[in-house]
Amino acid sequence: MSDVAEIIKRHKALSVSPLKASQTLGAALAFLGFRGAIPMLHGSQGCTAFGKVFFVRHFREPIPLQTTAMDQVTTIMGSEDSVIEGLRTLCEKHAPLLIGLPTTALSETQGSDVDMAVKEFRKQHPTFAAVPVVPVSAPDFSGCLETGFAKALEAIISTLVPSAASAGTVPGRRRRQVNVLVGSSLTPGDLEELKELIEQFGLRPVLLPDLSDSLDGHLGVDQFSPLTIGGAEVSELQTLGDARATLVIGASLHAAADLLHELTGVPDYRLDHLMGLEAVDGLMLALHEISGEAVPERIERQRAQLHDAMLDCHFMLGMSRFALAGDPDLIHAFSEFLHGVGAEVVVAVSPVNAPVFARSGLAEIKIGDLEDLERSARERGVDLLVTNSHGVEPARRLGRPLVRAGFPQYDLLGGYQKTWVGYRGSRQTLFDLANLLLELGKGEIHPYRSIYAQKPEYQEAVNHESAEAFAAGVPRQ
Amino acid sequence: MKRKDIAVLLDEPACAYNKRSKSGCAKPKPGATAGGCAFDGAQIALLPIADVAHIVHGPIACAGSSWDNRGTRSSGARLFRIGMTTDLTEQDVIMGRGEKRLFHSIKQAVKDHQPAAVFVYNTCVPALIGDDIAAVCKEAEARWGTPVVPVDAAGFYGTKNLGNRIAGETMVRCVCGTREPDPLPEAASAGGIEVHDVCLIGEYNIAGELWHVLPLLDELGLRVLCALSGDARYREVQTMHRSQANMMVCSKAMINVARKLKEAFGTPWFEGSFYGVGDVSQALRDFARVIGDSDLAARTEALIEREEARIDLGLRPWRERLSGKKALLYTGGVKSWSVIAALQDLGMEVVATGTKKSTEEDKARIRELMGQDAVMIEDGNPRALLKIVRDNNVDVLIAGGRNMYTALKARIPFLDINQEREFGYAGYVGMLELARQLVLTIDSPVWDAVRRPAPWAQMRPSVPGGHTMMPTGVDTPAEVAQGDVGRG
Repeated sequence: MSDVAEIIKRHKALSVSPLKASQTLGAALAFLGFRGAIPMLHGSQGCTAFGKVFFVRHFREPIPLQTTAMDQVTTIMGSEDSVIEGLRTLCEKHAPLLIGLPTTALSETQGSDVDMAVKEFRKQHPTFAAVPVVPVSAPDFSGCLETGFAKALEAIISTLVPSAASAGTVPGRRRRQVNVLVGSSLTPGDLEELKELIEQFGLRPVLLPDLSDSLDGHLGVDQFSPLTIGGAEVSELQTLGDARATLVIGASLHAAADLLHELTGVPDYRLDHLMGLEAVDGLMLALHEISGEAVPERIERQRAQLHDAMLDCHFMLGMSRFALAGDPDLIHAFSEFLHGVGAEVVVAVSPVNAPVFARSGLAEIKIGDLEDLERSARERGVDLLVTNSHGVEPARRLGRPLVRAGFPQYDLLGGYQKTWVGYRGSRQTLFDLANLLLELGKGEIHPYRSIYAQKPEYQEAVNHESAEAFAAGVPRQ
Repeated sequence: MKRKDIAVLLDEPACAYNKRSKSGCAKPKPGATAGGCAFDGAQIALLPIADVAHIVHGPIACAGSSWDNRGTRSSGARLFRIGMTTDLTEQDVIMGRGEKRLFHSIKQAVKDHQPAAVFVYNTCVPALIGDDIAAVCKEAEARWGTPVVPVDAAGFYGTKNLGNRIAGETMVRCVCGTREPDPLPEAASAGGIEVHDVCLIGEYNIAGELWHVLPLLDELGLRVLCALSGDARYREVQTMHRSQANMMVCSKAMINVARKLKEAFGTPWFEGSFYGVGDVSQALRDFARVIGDSDLAARTEALIEREEARIDLGLRPWRERLSGKKALLYTGGVKSWSVIAALQDLGMEVVATGTKKSTEEDKARIRELMGQDAVMIEDGNPRALLKIVRDNNVDVLIAGGRNMYTALKARIPFLDINQEREFGYAGYVGMLELARQLVLTIDSPVWDAVRRPAPWAQMRPSVPGGHTMMPTGVDTPAEVAQGDVGRG
């Protein structure tokens, strides 16, 4: 690994085959991890409609998402009234437990004062005083999905978590409670695995947000809900200050974690990701310290299984060449994971720069799009691509397999449920990657046909088709 | 097969073991035997003949456990990849219907696949109940007009090595000499050089590695009439008797083929290897020497000079990474010395080598390469191997696939050198792949990762309820009760 990654900035006007998913959507996603919640994007109705389709296709679930529906008039004359009206409508119609209010590039450019609008809403509608509203500045002209998600979580903490001084919370009073701030790089499947691991130490995880309870793809009792059907409890936010510890998964959440720590004084353990031996060891060590419990035998066994898989897979993964494209936490997780088994990340593309890249061990990170990914991959030669579903075409053109990770994943089912993390998830990921490499048949030596050979099919092979049929073992007529 | 025929096969005058009491073909010892049976050996030896329908006559285990051998590669025909067995049932055995089933099986194979020939492998059960597979094959050949060759190597006849010999013997007896070679293609003889016909015996084209060597032979004007049996065709085996020089590649298993071809047709032969730069060059020189063509010898030297210079350049970066690394080699026969040379080419130190299947001549060559004090491992049980690895700080164990998991479980880097492997190491170019695979495993970060103790292992025993890194909470019973309420 080299010292510090070189960040290659965007240098072309046009973004081709964009990699970036908008910051606004990331913010909305964080709210979708709370029960009874609905995000309302402060923008034109299209901002929401596109976002809704984006998540519906990814999760294959109905997605509660509303809009302040800015139009020509409100865009020019001021859109605060639309916010107030939107909030009132949501409260009247659905009685949500949480309303998220991410801004968009449109409302930010306009200079819409959302905080003022919320204040005005409170003044005008005291009946709905109990409904928490969390505004968050998340214009899509900066950041990406990951940063929006992190900003929303920070806003939720800042708006709804009381300080220890004001609420009288005491760290450790809830001896078994562990707050877990989880970033957008974790899938609902990952979150389930994480919860299970924490529970095995006799601890009670409070995930914030908890997409594994809302968008895990389960068939509920209620036929229709305009709000999220699961997720973290908003009321739980009151108890965070009593928790034994806070786990923070994802470097993108450091600002949110700082804020939570400042408010509550609960000590936190920060992990960049949970992929691969070292990362999961870090989690185990933290849980061991928090709980005082020994690492359960079942988990030790899973660790030994991962060991074995690392050895079995290193023959294929060693010196294999990967191209990665995705948000910073995901890129960082994959690159550390792959380095750990001797694979090489020869192309890394991210839509934005992030502090985590400073310790990524990557030689170079391109801030760019999937065209950059494709060009660099072709230039340098790669075996596998890891990116979202938009990578299908680049992968096809490169003639290389695609491993789908990140947002969006719309062309295959179950991407949201794939478990990459923990000893078990890491092991399965190793197998999956090694199998793809095996299928590439990299060691294959190109058949050489001697000019003197007496092999009958060499002559017949003039007709290519018959040779193919022969090679496939199809009987000749 | 009659006992006296087996005894004749076991008496192999060309084999150095023949003079030694400790024979490679010794009787297997119940309770302490590893390795395959005669059927296994016969099938492995002939299966790479790609356009033949290989029918295993027996109950399912014989073919079922062994078909679809992926190690060997074909440049065209793929019939050999289709498993065929008579899959004998209890009723077949009781009612004596095995022969009839075999006869119809041959018919089916011929009708469905139009093979160049059918090979029928005998197995223990039909051998025991007395199926006359030779008679069935003869009858079937007459009826369907396709050559049908019985390979009588039932498992209980002996070891895998015997099976190799039976297979080779069968080829010499039934197939070699049944057809004259094709006339040389016009384009090929236009170069003005005299083309010589040669054969490779015991070359299985593992992972296609023969294709690293063939271009060199083409360039020198050496027509490979047949490689027995890598990427071979039936009609090539038929012409082996016209070879001017045979090379026994890397194995004693089919030494009887070389000897019998010499006896029957006077073909001179030599033993050699395509592993390691020095050995490839030596093999090419030996062809020129045995054929006795001075023009060929001169062209061979020129080619060797060119290729050695090229590969030397290619290997340079790898040598830097492999220099001084220690290898333990555990593999049988010729490979024990040919691979040593290859590893030394890469700047590695070979601390010990297995000699279980090596002859005295092999051992002499090993001493030549590794010095008089060379550690030779006769008994390669896993514990002994691991001890040598530990005692000598070995960086990589190089052995057959069977030992792979011994190494991995002991957290030792490993390179597979036997027939199931996925990578071809033969020829000058093969050295690059060998170097790459060695570096890949030796330098992999996984070894450190799995050798390190778990980070919490040093911290035990932990105090229940201990809080090493965090401020303690106020643990009054009332607060505990309050704190542990789950969410509704």
